[in-house]
Amino acid sequence: MSATPIATGRSTSGIPTGRLAVWWVIASEIVIFGGLLISYIMHRLAHGNWAEQAAHTSTWVGAFNTLVLLSSSLSAVLGHKAADAGDGKKAAKMLYITAFGALTFVCVKAAEWTFEISHGYTITSSTFWSFYYTAAGLHALHVIAGAIIMLIVAQAAKRNQHLNRVELIGLYWHFVDLVWIFLFPLLYIAK
Amino acid sequence: MSEEVHDTHHGNYVKIWAILVVLLAVSVVGPMFEIRVVTLVTAFGVAIVKAYLVIKHFMHINHTPRFIPYLVVTCLVFMLLFFAAVAPDVMNDTGSGWEKPAWVAEEKAWAAGGGSAGDQHPQP
Repeated sequence: MSATPIATGRSTSGIPTGRLAVWWVIASEIVIFGGLLISYIMHRLAHGNWAEQAAHTSTWVGAFNTLVLLSSSLSAVLGHKAADAGDGKKAAKMLYITAFGALTFVCVKAAEWTFEISHGYTITSSTFWSFYYTAAGLHALHVIAGAIIMLIVAQAAKRNQHLNRVELIGLYWHFVDLVWIFLFPLLYIAK
Repeated sequence: MSEEVHDTHHGNYVKIWAILVVLLAVSVVGPMFEIRVVTLVTAFGVAIVKAYLVIKHFMHINHTPRFIPYLVVTCLVFMLLFFAAVAPDVMNDTGSGWEKPAWVAEEKAWAAGGGSAGDQHPQP
């Protein structure tokens, strides 16, 4: 039997150290994604013609993926609620639903990119498309990483182990949702 | 303190989700009117409201120690300061004692002239 890492549960700062660590990760990610998004906004404002390039992205596909992520955030927070109530099985079920949302998001994104690349809109087509693939790609990597961690946490939660981690992966997942909330209007709506 | 400590306050998450979905619909429909102000408000204003709802109700920011929001806002502010400093370089063609290299203007002209998918950038 493996030892329980004490740092995930103890608290020297008013909140469990594991949760503090996730907030540190989120603070760092704000700089990463924030930097990318603000660079995009500055260039977009300086290059009016980017609107023509942005017109080729599908608002409906972006909206569908937004709905998927908002719904997966709901299942993640319901998993957190179940974990707080000590119901590991329900928490695991909610995390599996969230991971399914992540899978759906990535599949839609893959189909979307296949369509765009087949029509000649690649990462080297223009600076707009460079930003588009970089921002959406970096976000998709976070979605994939989150889904993998979620499945690992769900496996333990199913056996009522490490239920505090359900909240931690949920926090990360809500941040991934937040990033998409801003990527959606920037890449899919502002045309 | 053990890992059993939980200080979150759970609310009606389905209701929050429903509001978020309605806001999503607004952000999709609003720009269809093709009025700049309406687009800005419905797309970006609504995005800020959605983010607020997620941070408040799903991430429970109100129920974390105060230094957590300070930590997050500090990162945000420093990032904005950095970009405020470099913004003139990106958004202006000339400034006090500097001007952009010629290839930037060439690229702009190329893009304005219909540089399209599959074409390559003019090389610096």
